[in-house]
Amino acid sequence: MSASSGSTAEGIRGGDEILLAFTRALRAGGVPVTQDRTHDFLAAAALLGADDPGAVRVAGRSTLCAAPDDLARFDQIFEAFFNSRHGLPRPRPVVRPEPTAEQLPLDDGEGEQADRADDVIRAAASPTEVLRHRDVASLSAEEKQRLAAMFATLRPRPPLRRTARHQRWHRGQVDASRTLRESLRRMGEPAEIAWRRRSQKPRRVVLLVDVSGSMSSYADALLRLAHRLTQGIGNVETFTIGTRVTHVTRAMRTRDVERALVAAGETVPDWSGGTRLGETLRFFLDRWGQRGMARGAVVVVFSDGWERGDVSVLAEQMARLRRIAHRVVWVNPHRGKDGYEAVQTGVLAALPFCDDFVAGHSLATYADLVEVLADA
Amino acid sequence: MTSAADVAGLLGRTGYLCDDELATVTYLALAMQRPLLLEGEPGTGKTALAEGLAEALDLPLVRLQCYEGIDATQALYDWDFPRQILHLRALEASGGAGIEEAEKSLYDERFLLARPVLAALQQSPAVLLVDEVDRADDEFEAFLLEVLSTWQVSIPELGTVKAATPPVVVLTSNRTRELHDALKRRCLYHWIEHPGLDRELQIVRTRAPEVSEALGRQVVGVVQDLRTRDLTKPPGVAETLDWARALHHLGTAELDLESAATTLGALVKYREDSDRVKQALDQLLRT
Repeated sequence: MSASSGSTAEGIRGGDEILLAFTRALRAGGVPVTQDRTHDFLAAAALLGADDPGAVRVAGRSTLCAAPDDLARFDQIFEAFFNSRHGLPRPRPVVRPEPTAEQLPLDDGEGEQADRADDVIRAAASPTEVLRHRDVASLSAEEKQRLAAMFATLRPRPPLRRTARHQRWHRGQVDASRTLRESLRRMGEPAEIAWRRRSQKPRRVVLLVDVSGSMSSYADALLRLAHRLTQGIGNVETFTIGTRVTHVTRAMRTRDVERALVAAGETVPDWSGGTRLGETLRFFLDRWGQRGMARGAVVVVFSDGWERGDVSVLAEQMARLRRIAHRVVWVNPHRGKDGYEAVQTGVLAALPFCDDFVAGHSLATYADLVEVLADA
Repeated sequence: MTSAADVAGLLGRTGYLCDDELATVTYLALAMQRPLLLEGEPGTGKTALAEGLAEALDLPLVRLQCYEGIDATQALYDWDFPRQILHLRALEASGGAGIEEAEKSLYDERFLLARPVLAALQQSPAVLLVDEVDRADDEFEAFLLEVLSTWQVSIPELGTVKAATPPVVVLTSNRTRELHDALKRRCLYHWIEHPGLDRELQIVRTRAPEVSEALGRQVVGVVQDLRTRDLTKPPGVAETLDWARALHHLGTAELDLESAATTLGALVKYREDSDRVKQALDQLLRT
């Protein structure tokens, strides 16, 4: 490998150099390429022959990619880098969300009025306490900032499940192998009997956050909540749903909340679009849920249930979700408001398949949700 | 074996037909002595590749099926306690050996139960299949990483077991969760797609030679069409083979609505799907 690259280095451009430049383009395009992967890529390309574009492509796909999403990006960038007609790599195509004409939810006006009435009554309470109960959609920018800091007060606890593994305990079943091992330590003499019980592990929590137009005023708060849960519990997977399904867990794992939100913002292509709950749910179940991500998990859907598509699809997919998941929780921001009735067709279709139906418009309701999760 | 075409040829002789990309990646894995991480829809032949490789290279296949809660004693080695105790009792009865000797004889290789990973290292060269690694816990991944990077296992009582030549390792995952980056970095990655019409027909012809060509062609045609439709679980190659064999067993010479409906259980495994498939079959077989 080094011999071939050494001989060409003095010519136009060393083959390795071009491949290295390509890995940089990949990194810029969002594929997490690391130093050791680059090294493997060069070795693989050298093995297969760096002069064969097909071979370089396969070498790159197998050494630089680690997930199906990476593969798609890789192909795009590979095409742009090596097969560009103008001889220059084209900039990465930016997917712009298509602006969608959106009808405002009918009950929003009522909700706000009800909140203003609330403010008058609670004027005497402490400002923090008031903020805790305010509808996040009605907050000013400054209030939102103060509320953001208050998310740190949420103390999420993970729901637990029993595992196949056992742990030592002072009663329960007899731990035969440990007892035998103890007795072996005493040269085969019978010894104390060891007991064991099933140990417990955090159950996976899957969050599906609706980021469509009708939910746009709640998206920021909900993602903050998702971030808090991810940081506090650990085993949390987050997806945004709208017209598409986007996996944003990686962004949510970023420790700093503001950076996490920016990262999520960059990954999600369909902010404030329409909602096709049923179809997105089906996509989620096909691609992730059915395979095991939702299996035995606590699945939380944050949505107002405004469904643009076919409601029967939503019902069918919710039934499917219910069969796979351990518990399905539906969080509806409008539920906590006065005069709310579950009339949206989506909600009506989904409700029979939910274990819990809770409100989600203020920090106080998020605290309640945290409790629901811990007990799930 | 010096090129991807060699690998494809060898695998083809065992009845595993792979496309160029998979052959190339497999060749790379062999040449670079790297584990191969395969992901893809269920039933696309991830596990079968490891089996085919073992047969093609004439190596023993050691399979480690991962599951939740699997730990080192189930993957590496364990001591056979009951036999050790029996041995002790026998020593006692014969009144033979001294304490030190007795102790030494207790941790002998014959009391060692080699679990898959250790077995693969001992028998190497071998093919080690780590199946459905995404089902195991994170801790297990870390442990696997250690073995995969050093190709050795140390047993305190016996010493270190090191593979003379690193085994060929194939990991499969169904993506129920994201694997740790550190593990992925050690591996070559490949996503297996469903095969195209011609290749799938070839697979059916090699794997189920008893099925007539005409029936095989019809079956594959229908399955390929079904995959483009909206099914909960699109049928994999394994289901295609099952269905073709099922039809053959019933003595079907040509696929018609009736025979298709009675054998549908081999192809789709969801009630919602079977309704949709029945409608689709109506269209497909009428024309």
